[in-house]
Amino acid sequence: MIVRTLAMAGALSLAAAGAQAEIKVGMSTTLSGGGAGLGIDVRDGFMLALEQSGRDDISVVIEDDQRKPDIAVQLSDKMIQSEKVDVLTGIIWSNLAMAVVPGAVAQGKFYLSPNAGPSALAGKGCHPNYFNVAWQNDNLHEAAGAYANDAGYKNSFILAPNYPAGVDALTGYKRFFKGALAGEVYTQLGQTDYAAEIAQIRASGADSVFFFLPGGMGISFLKQYADSGVGLPVVGPAFSFDQGILQAVGDAALGVVNTSQWSKDIDNPANVAFVASFQEKYGRLPSLYASQGFDTANLMLSALKVAEPSDADAFRAALEAADFASTRGKFAFGPNHHPIQDIYVREVIKEGDIYTNKIIGVALKDHADAYAVECKM
Amino acid sequence: MGWPEMRAERLLNACVLLALLAVPLWAWAVDEPFTITLATRLAILALAGVGLNLALGLGGLVSLGHAVFFGIGGYAMGVLASHAQSYTPLILWPVVIEGTKSMPVIWLVAMGASGLAALAIGALSLRTSGVYFIMITLAFGQMFYYFAISWPAYGGEDGLSIYVRNGFPGLNTLDPIQFFALCYALLGLALWVFARIMRSAFGLALGAARQNAARVEAVGIAPYRLRLVAFVLSGMITGLAGALFADLNRFVSPVMFSWQTSGEIIVFVILGGVARLFGPVVGAAVFVLLEHFLGGLSEFWHIWLGAVLLGVVLFARGGIIGLIAGREVRRD
Amino acid sequence: MSLILFIEQMLNGVQFGVMLFLMAAGLTLIFGVMGLINLAHGSLYMVGAFAASWAAGLTGSFLLGLIAALTAAAAAGALIEVAVIRRLYARGHLDQVLATFALILILSEGTRWVFGSLPLFLEIPPYLSGPVRLPGGIQYPLYRLAIIVAGVMVAAGLFALIARTRIGIQIRAGEADREMIGALGVNIAALYTVVFALGAALAGLAGALIGAIQSVQVGMGEPVLILAFVVIVIGGIGSIKGALVGALLVGLTDTMGRFLLPVAFAQVMAPAAATAVGSALASMAIYILMALVLIFRPRGLYGVA
Repeated sequence: MIVRTLAMAGALSLAAAGAQAEIKVGMSTTLSGGGAGLGIDVRDGFMLALEQSGRDDISVVIEDDQRKPDIAVQLSDKMIQSEKVDVLTGIIWSNLAMAVVPGAVAQGKFYLSPNAGPSALAGKGCHPNYFNVAWQNDNLHEAAGAYANDAGYKNSFILAPNYPAGVDALTGYKRFFKGALAGEVYTQLGQTDYAAEIAQIRASGADSVFFFLPGGMGISFLKQYADSGVGLPVVGPAFSFDQGILQAVGDAALGVVNTSQWSKDIDNPANVAFVASFQEKYGRLPSLYASQGFDTANLMLSALKVAEPSDADAFRAALEAADFASTRGKFAFGPNHHPIQDIYVREVIKEGDIYTNKIIGVALKDHADAYAVECKM
Repeated sequence: MGWPEMRAERLLNACVLLALLAVPLWAWAVDEPFTITLATRLAILALAGVGLNLALGLGGLVSLGHAVFFGIGGYAMGVLASHAQSYTPLILWPVVIEGTKSMPVIWLVAMGASGLAALAIGALSLRTSGVYFIMITLAFGQMFYYFAISWPAYGGEDGLSIYVRNGFPGLNTLDPIQFFALCYALLGLALWVFARIMRSAFGLALGAARQNAARVEAVGIAPYRLRLVAFVLSGMITGLAGALFADLNRFVSPVMFSWQTSGEIIVFVILGGVARLFGPVVGAAVFVLLEHFLGGLSEFWHIWLGAVLLGVVLFARGGIIGLIAGREVRRD
Repeated sequence: MSLILFIEQMLNGVQFGVMLFLMAAGLTLIFGVMGLINLAHGSLYMVGAFAASWAAGLTGSFLLGLIAALTAAAAAGALIEVAVIRRLYARGHLDQVLATFALILILSEGTRWVFGSLPLFLEIPPYLSGPVRLPGGIQYPLYRLAIIVAGVMVAAGLFALIARTRIGIQIRAGEADREMIGALGVNIAALYTVVFALGAALAGLAGALIGAIQSVQVGMGEPVLILAFVVIVIGGIGSIKGALVGALLVGLTDTMGRFLLPVAFAQVMAPAAATAVGSALASMAIYILMALVLIFRPRGLYGVA
C-alpha cells in the first residue's frame, strides 16, 4: 500500500521536474564521532568516482548517521520519502545495516553496501535489491584461517569482541583453520586494555595469534602486544591495518600479516589510476574503505549506462553483471549479490615515513561466502 | 507563580500542542511523509521525557539510567514481534506464550516489564541520594547495556529488525499520519495523567518530600515509598515510549540502553523546563529540530548543539518555557 | 592455570587501578572541594593524550610530550573553570550534569576539528619499551611497571600536598566548610581554579601515559570517565583515600573477572558457551560490585554520612 503511494509520488515529481531526469543517490554514512574516519573515506572514494565519470545528472544527498541505528533509519526514511532518492548507499557498520537495509529494500529502493556485510543479509535475509560491494563479514577472517594453514600454524590463540561481528569473525577463522585452538577469548566491545588477554596468550603455548579488533581496539592491542615481548606471529583481517590506522600503530604493526580483498599495490590499470588520483585530490593514500566507496560508485555508474533505476528489473540485471573496472581486478557477484573475489595476504611495511601494506600472496582465490546457499531469491 | 505567568505558560502549552498537530496535518496534505515521521519521533521522545519528568521534576530524582526503561520497552516490542514474525513461541513451559503483533498487548507488556525493572532498581537506588543516586542509576544502565550487547538470542549489538510495523485495531499503522495520531494521543494522555498527578495529594506530597523530606516524615508519610511509586510510574511511561520508538524505527538495538540515551532524555526535560508540564515536549521539539537542521549544516554540528545546551543551562534557568513564560517564583 | 599467570594478572589489575586512580583523584577532589559533578573530566584526559601525541611527534621526546599533556590539560581546565564551571557551583547537580555533558560535545568535536578523524600516534619511549624479567620468572612490560610507579608517586605527592602544604590546608578547609574559608580571607575563586586545574592536569597525565599503549582518538575519555565515576562512588565521593581503594578494587575486579569468570564457567558448561557467558558477566562485574557497595554502604566505603 505504502509502496504504491510512494511510487506514485515519485512519478509525479519526476514529471514535474520535466526533461532533465536526474538520478538521486542517498548516502547516509558515519561522518562524526569515533568511527568517522571510515565514513569519510567511503564518501571521498565514492565522490571521486562520480567526478571522474563526468556525469552531471547525478546528485548525491550526504548525511551523517552518527553511528546510531535510529538516526540511520530516520535518514533513510527521509531520503526515500522526502528526497525521493533512487539508490541508497554509505552504511559502514553491520548493526546499522541490519536496521536500515530491510526497510529500504522493502520500499522498493536499491541498496549498495560499501562496507558492512552481515551474514543475515547474505543468507536467509538476502534481497534482490540489496548488493554488497565490499565483502561478506566472514570473508577476510576465513582467508586468515586459510593463510594460517599455509603458514603451517598448528595451535592458534584467537580473540574478538563479544558482539555478533566478533562471533562471526572467530567462526569464520575456525571454518578454514585446520589446527587446534590454544585459547578462544571474547573481549568487551570498546575495551582498550588487553594486558589480561596478552598474559593469557603468553601462558597458552600457542604458536600464532588471530585477532579481530576493529578501530581503536586494534591499535591498543597491537601496541600492547608488541611491547609485551610475546612475539608470536599475528594474523588479522585488514581492518586493523588500513592506511588510516597504521600510522597510529607505528612500528608495532611492522611485519604483521593481514588479509584483504584490496591493497594499494594490486597491479591493474584501474587501481593504479585510482591510487594516483585519490592521492592527488585528497593528499593522502587511499584506504580499503576508500577503494570500496570508489568501486561502489563505479558499479552504480556501470549499471546507469544500461538502465535507469526506475526500470528496476533492467537496473538490477545491470548491477548483477558488475561490468566495471574494479580496483580489485576480478570482481563478480554471487547468487546472493555478495562478491566473489580473490583475497590477498598482505604484510605491513614502511615506505619512507609512511606505514603501508605489501601483497605477499593470495589466501583464497575466487572466494564466495558460506551463506549463499541459504539465500532464496 | 503569578497569574500572568501562569496564563502565559498555559497559552504557550496550547500553542505547542496545536503546532504539534498542525504541522503533521499540513505535511499530510502536501504529501511530505518525512515531516510526519519527524513529528512522530518528536512525540515519542517527548513521551519518554514526560516519564522522566515525573521522577526528575516532581520527585527531584536525577536518574541517569532511564535508558533502561526506554530499552526494555523497545525490547518488549522487538522480542514479542520477532517471535510473532517467525511463528515461534516465546515460552514453552509452563504455559505456551506466543509472540504478538498487536500494539495494545505490546504496550501493556512494555509498561509491565519496565515497571517491574523500575521497582527493583528504584528499591535499591533510592536508598542513596544526590550524586550517589545519579551514579547508581547510571551503573544499572550500563549493566543492561552490556547484557544486551553480549546476549546473542536477540541479535546482540546488531539488534532486531521487524519488517512490518505492529498493528492497532481499526488503524493502518503503516500510514505515517495514523501512526502519528496514535503517538500523539498517547502523549496527550500521558500529559493529562501528569497534570492530574501534579495536583493530586500524592503529587503534592512528592513535591514536599523533594523540598523537605523531614517535614513529610513528620506528618507520617514515608518519602522512600512516595519516591518509589513515582520512580515506577516514571519508568512505565518511559517504557511505553520505548515500545513506540522501536515501532517507529521497526528496529531495536542496545543503543537504546546506552548512557547517551539517558543523557538525551535528561536534556529534553531540562531544555524545556524541569517540572513544567510541557517541558519535555518543548525540549524534545528543540532537540529534534536542532539535530535535523544543524546536522545538515556542518560535519561538526555537535559543537553547536553543545553551545546551545550550555547557553540554556547558563542563561535560561527554568528552560525554554521559563524563558518565554517567565520564571516560577518557587525555586528549590 | 599457573601461579605466574595469576600474579601477572594481579599486576595488570593493579596497573589498571593506578591509572583509574589518576582519573578518579581529580574527580573526587573537584567534588569534595567545590561540590561539582564534572562529566567533562574524560575530555581533559583526551586533551592530555592529544597534546602528548602532538608534542612528542614534533620534538621526538616522550618526556616533553608528558609536560605538554600536563600543561595543556591544566590550561584547558583553568579556562573551562573560569568560562563555564564557575557559574555552576551554586546550581543543582542537574544543571552541572547537563552543562558538562554539553562541554563533552564541544571538546570532542572541537578536537576532531583540529586533529582530524583518524587516531594519532604516540609510542612508548625506547628506554621504557619491552618486557623485563621479575623475580619468579614473570615477564612483565617495563612500561606498565613505570605506570604503577608513576601512579604511586602521584598518590604519595597528592597525600603530601593535602596534608602538609598551605593549599592543602585550604582544600581541607574548603571541604569542611565552604563559607568559613571565605571569611578567613582565602581567595576562593582562585583556589577553585587551582583545584580544578590540578584535577585536569591529573586527568591529562593519565591520558598521556595511557595514550602510549592505547589508541589516541576522539571519544577515548568517556569509557574511562564512567569507570572513574564507579571508582569514586565505591570509594565515597570526596575522599582521596576512597578513590585509591576504589580504583584498585575496580581494576582488580575487572581484570580478574575477565580472566577468571570464563574459566570458572567452563567447569560447569561447554567451553564456547562458558566463554560467552563469562565474558558477558565480566563486562558487568564492576557495575554489580558498585551496586552491591551502595546497597550496603549508600555513601561508599569512605564517604561521610
